[in-house]
Amino acid sequence: MTNDFKVIDEQYEAGRLALRSYVTGFVLSIILTLIPYFIVAKHMLGNQSLIWAVVLFAVAQLLAQVVFFLHLSKKSKPLWNMVVFAFTIFVVSFLVIGSLWIMYNLNYNMTDTSPSKTNEGHIPQ
Amino acid sequence: MTKETLIHHNAGARNLFGFWAYIMSDALLFASIFATYAVLQNNTFGGPSAGDLFSMPFVLVETLILLASSFTYGLASLHAHHHRNEENCKRKVIFWLAITFLLGVLFLAMEVFEFTKLFQEGAGFQRSGFLSAFFTLVGTHGLHVTAGLLWMGSITAQVIRHGITERTVNKIAALGLFWHFLYIVWIFIFTFVYLIGAI
Repeated sequence: MTNDFKVIDEQYEAGRLALRSYVTGFVLSIILTLIPYFIVAKHMLGNQSLIWAVVLFAVAQLLAQVVFFLHLSKKSKPLWNMVVFAFTIFVVSFLVIGSLWIMYNLNYNMTDTSPSKTNEGHIPQ
Repeated sequence: MTKETLIHHNAGARNLFGFWAYIMSDALLFASIFATYAVLQNNTFGGPSAGDLFSMPFVLVETLILLASSFTYGLASLHAHHHRNEENCKRKVIFWLAITFLLGVLFLAMEVFEFTKLFQEGAGFQRSGFLSAFFTLVGTHGLHVTAGLLWMGSITAQVIRHGITERTVNKIAALGLFWHFLYIVWIFIFTFVYLIGAI
């Protein structure tokens, strides 16, 4: 197996399709920024569904950026860039979702006074 | 391709891989600050919350400016990879790098303006857990943008001096990964701090 550590697809970057890709990514990103902005500004959904909607738009824009702007090489063998990328996504979601889960449960189990308004977290009596 | 240029080429690609690994570890740094922000978001200690503080149209303009700079950087990278060793393409690369630099400076200026305004309103980082987390998250991103701009200045100087060579193209590609990554981080700041804060 050859070790080819290519991160970005240089051939693609030099080709004629690259410009189209950047323009597509740019337009798509503008749309994926404006839609969540306006549904929040006009308050088009309930609070909970608004949060889910904007998170979904953020993930969609992340994908648009990775595909149309980063131009990660698909020919890198083994797929080191993708392996590192996938591992990072895994750890990032683990870290963020895990923290939120734990802290939500902590608040939930200590709700005799309002824990959300204190600065240091709630101290049970 | 002679053997020597092949070795050079692979060395460049390998450097870029190391840089990609660095960017991914940087993503982990941002993830932990994001998690901290998410946890401290509601701990306003009687002070202002996210919804009270931020001006949404201002943040939207900031976002679009950073997005535009990410796009114009793409154009610089494209010209750098496209026709090497042509005087015309060197000029185009410098032009798009300069535009990107200006947009980056504009973004940073807006951020500094916002921070100053918050401090003047008494909403500095010492006000509450929420504001500490806010300044840490957005400030870290701002520092990254500052570092990116310094780097961009240095690369532009190198392109002016040495032209579009294997080395400069490699550096342009590395900064490209960094610059696009900073916009990707900003998407999540825009969403989690500003949009969700305004709900």
